[in-house]
Order: sequence, then C-alpha cells, then structure tokens
Amino acid sequence: MEYMILIYSDEQAWANMPQDQLKAVYGEYMSYSQELAEAGVIRGGSELAPSTSATTLSLRNGEVVTTDGPYAETKEQLGGYYLIEAENLDQALAWARKCPGVKAGHLEVRPLMKDPTA
Amino acid sequence: MIAHLVEQIFRQEGGRILAGLIRYLDGDFDLAEDALQDAFARAFEAWAREGMPDRPGAWLTRVAQRRAIDLLRRRRAAPIVEGELAELAEVVVDEPEEEIVNASGIEDDRLRLIFTCCHPALAPAAQAALALRTLCGLTTREIARAFLETEATTAQRIVRAKKKIREARITYEVPRAEQLPERLAAVLSVIYLVFNEAYSATEKASFVRVELSREAIRLGRLLHELLPGEPEATGLLALMLFHDARRAARVDAAGEIVPLAEQDRTLWDREKIEEGVALLDAAVAQRRSGSYQIQAAIAALHARAARAEETDWPQIAALYGGLLQRQPTPVVELNAAVALAMAGRLDEGLGWIAALERRGELAGYHLLPAAKAELLRRADRPAEAMTAYQLAISLVNNPAERAFLERRLAQLH
Repeated sequence: MEYMILIYSDEQAWANMPQDQLKAVYGEYMSYSQELAEAGVIRGGSELAPSTSATTLSLRNGEVVTTDGPYAETKEQLGGYYLIEAENLDQALAWARKCPGVKAGHLEVRPLMKDPTA
Repeated sequence: MIAHLVEQIFRQEGGRILAGLIRYLDGDFDLAEDALQDAFARAFEAWAREGMPDRPGAWLTRVAQRRAIDLLRRRRAAPIVEGELAELAEVVVDEPEEEIVNASGIEDDRLRLIFTCCHPALAPAAQAALALRTLCGLTTREIARAFLETEATTAQRIVRAKKKIREARITYEVPRAEQLPERLAAVLSVIYLVFNEAYSATEKASFVRVELSREAIRLGRLLHELLPGEPEATGLLALMLFHDARRAARVDAAGEIVPLAEQDRTLWDREKIEEGVALLDAAVAQRRSGSYQIQAAIAALHARAARAEETDWPQIAALYGGLLQRQPTPVVELNAAVALAMAGRLDEGLGWIAALERRGELAGYHLLPAAKAELLRRADRPAEAMTAYQLAISLVNNPAERAFLERRLAQLH
C-alpha cells in the first residue's frame, strides 16, 4: 500500500535560514531519502518550489479562473512530499517519524486511494 | 429466559467473540459486527428450540463465521473477486467446525482489538466510543447517552473511525515491543477518559454514568489481566477502584456534592479499596513507576485515612512532586500546591498558587480559585476566601459544583 507523506512548514522561516543551517537540513533530507531508497520503500518525492510560485485554478460561474498564489494562505505551506510503500499505517508512521520535516513543521500521512476496480 | 441468557452471554463474551471474528475477517469490523449480530439473533431461536449448547461462545463463533462468509459472498456476488473469497473458502475448508482460537489466542484477540480501537491515529472520542461498542458491547445509543451527545454524532464517530481503520490500514495487531509504551499510554488514557466522563457526572443522567464507570473499570481489568507485566495498567485499575470506592459518599441525599474532607467514610467501599491496595502493591513491586501508579498511591493515602485529619498530606505532597516531574502540567501543579498547603506549609502553597495565577495558564479554570478559596477558608481569612469563591462561581459550568461553591460562600457570610 502506498502512503504520501506531506511536509508542511513555515516558508518564511525556511527563506530566512542561514546558509550553513540550510545546508545541514538538506543533508538530513538527503540521508533520509537514501535510507528510504535502501529499504526499497521510496516511490517518489520532491521538494516543492515556494508557494509564491503556485497558481490556483478554480471554477467561477462555469469558467475556470486562474489566480496567483496557493489555494489557502496559511503560515505553513506544503513544501514537499514523499511517496512510500508500507504495509500498514504504523509502518508508514514509523517512516514519517524519521523524516527531518517533523522537526520544523507538520507532517500529514495519507494513504493513496486503492484502485476501486482492482 | 433464553433471551436473558443470550443477553448475558453477549455482555460477557461478545467482545471476546467479536475480537476473534475481526481477526478472522482480516480486520473488517463491520462485517464482523453484522455477522455476530445475526449469530445472536439466530441463537434466540436455536437455543429456545434445542436448548443451550455446551459452549455457547464456540457456537456463536462458528455461526458468525459462516454468516460472515455468506455476507461476503453476497456482498461480492457480482463481480466475484477471486482472491479474498478463495482465501476465505480455504480457511473454512481447513477448519470447518473448530473454534479457531485457543485459550491464549482469545486473549491475544481482545488485546489486538483494544490496541486497534485506541490507535492514536483515531480521535480520542472515537477511540472511546469504538472500545465501548466493540469490547463492552454497548449500543451506539448507550454510548451517546453516556457522553451526552446525540446518537447521530456517536454513530458518525464510529463510522468514521472504522473507515479510517480500513482506508489508512490501521492493523489489527498488538504493537511491537518498541512501540508498546506509547501505544499503551494511548489505551490507558482512553480508559481513564471513559472513567472520568462517568466520574464527573452530576445527578443528570447519573444512572448511565455509573454504568459507564463500571465499563471503564471492566476495560481496565481486562487490560491488567492481558498485560500483567505492565504496572501502569495495574496502577490505572487501582486508581479507578479507589475513586469508585467513594462513589456513595460523594453526593448526599439531596444530590449535593460532598467534598472529600467531609465525606462519611463508612460509606466507602472497603472491598474496592482493599483490592486497589493489593493491585497497587503488586504494581509498585515491579519497580517501574509511572503517573497512574503515583496517582493511585495518592488516592490510596486518602482511602486509608480513617478520618480526614489523619490524611498523610506530607506524603501526598511528595507524591505530587513526583507526578509533576512526569506530567509538568499546570493542573498537576495546582494539586501539588494544595497538597503542600495541606501538609502544613500553607503560605508556601498559597504562594505557589499565586504564582500559577500570574502565569495565566489556568485562566478560566474554576478549580484554581476554588482551591485557593478553600485554603483561605481553612486559614481563617474569610474576606479573601469570599473573593476567591466568587471568582470560582463565575467560572464554573457544572450545576452541582456551582451549588457547592455557593453553599461554601454562604457559610462565610
């Protein structure tokens, strides 16, 4: 079963982080990704560009309207994700716990919808 | 007659049978519940006709298993999904008439069920509702009444929780050793939540609430029996027994709250207290202290004092100090401050409460001014006590507690 680990964090804090600290955090993410890869559970994942680069589409009066910015203006924004394979929620949560993102924000763990036709 | 027997078996063995069924059905709560309900319905007829089987539990398990497979076949009638059905069919061929679990296996099943119901990924209220429903056999209506919410709300909680168990794949397992402490803590807190819900009850709906506290103790007993090597589980059971032992003395004939110091101690249930003491001793002997054991030890000191004046407050204050290290919350701090004041260090205790007040973390919590008022009253400082009572009255919600505070205030006039 596949689970998505969604990483939410304060973009402002991220942007203001000193260079050496930033480097250390990236290092942590690198080794985390590597650990997932070595365990054979990683199915995908990436950091996302800041939410200032986001574009939101929505339907208004039957027309698709394009607006600048993320869907919701909140302090913490989705900043990246991992897609992992795990047998059950406990396993997925155990992997999520090790994710560096847990130290500076919130992680949301969600199963991918099972194929209803399978 | 039969109806009464079936009901009794449902209460006593329903949780056990359901726990086994859920495992048998690979974690499908709904299917297991439906099948068990049908099995009980069938028991009414069959037992009235043919008499009680030797092992009603085994009979019910067997009938429920068959029923579950029927339901599964029907549910999957078209299109037939090969995998699951074939697997189940195989199980049935392999073990056609046998009860699929042995004595220790049954215990494992209930342990699985309790850990699944109390998984921290479920909302606490849903954990409690699910545990009461599956392990204690309470109906949704009974749970709703006990938690003073609508039946629809409770039903929705349960449906959502079950859906999450299925969709997020919360496994039907006893957690591994390294996860056990955290997961056990979640189970204990759910049981205590159920108990406190009952304990804080006022005259309104008090009957169901008494039932609820009985269920909490039943769950605590179950956990203690299933995990005898976990002193915190034993400590929680002891704690609940000590509190429950005082039930008859907590409210007077007029339904008014009687504070601990003024309770008629001859009304306390000695048997429960003794059981609690024995349990606590056994837990403490394991030499792994914890919050529930400390709270039970505090409750034991109250329970063992023949008169309020004989209460060993210095020891209680010391225990609160230990609890505070484990649970550094302002509410525990307030209790520690009161114990210190009661232990003969009144000024220090009041000073501590004043410091807590300044920090503002308990702003709006009526028990802070209530505790302060009580200490000031004892210290014979009526003017200050009155101000504190007035503040407490302005913050309290529970009508019985309000009446008690108003009575106290009136006594000072």
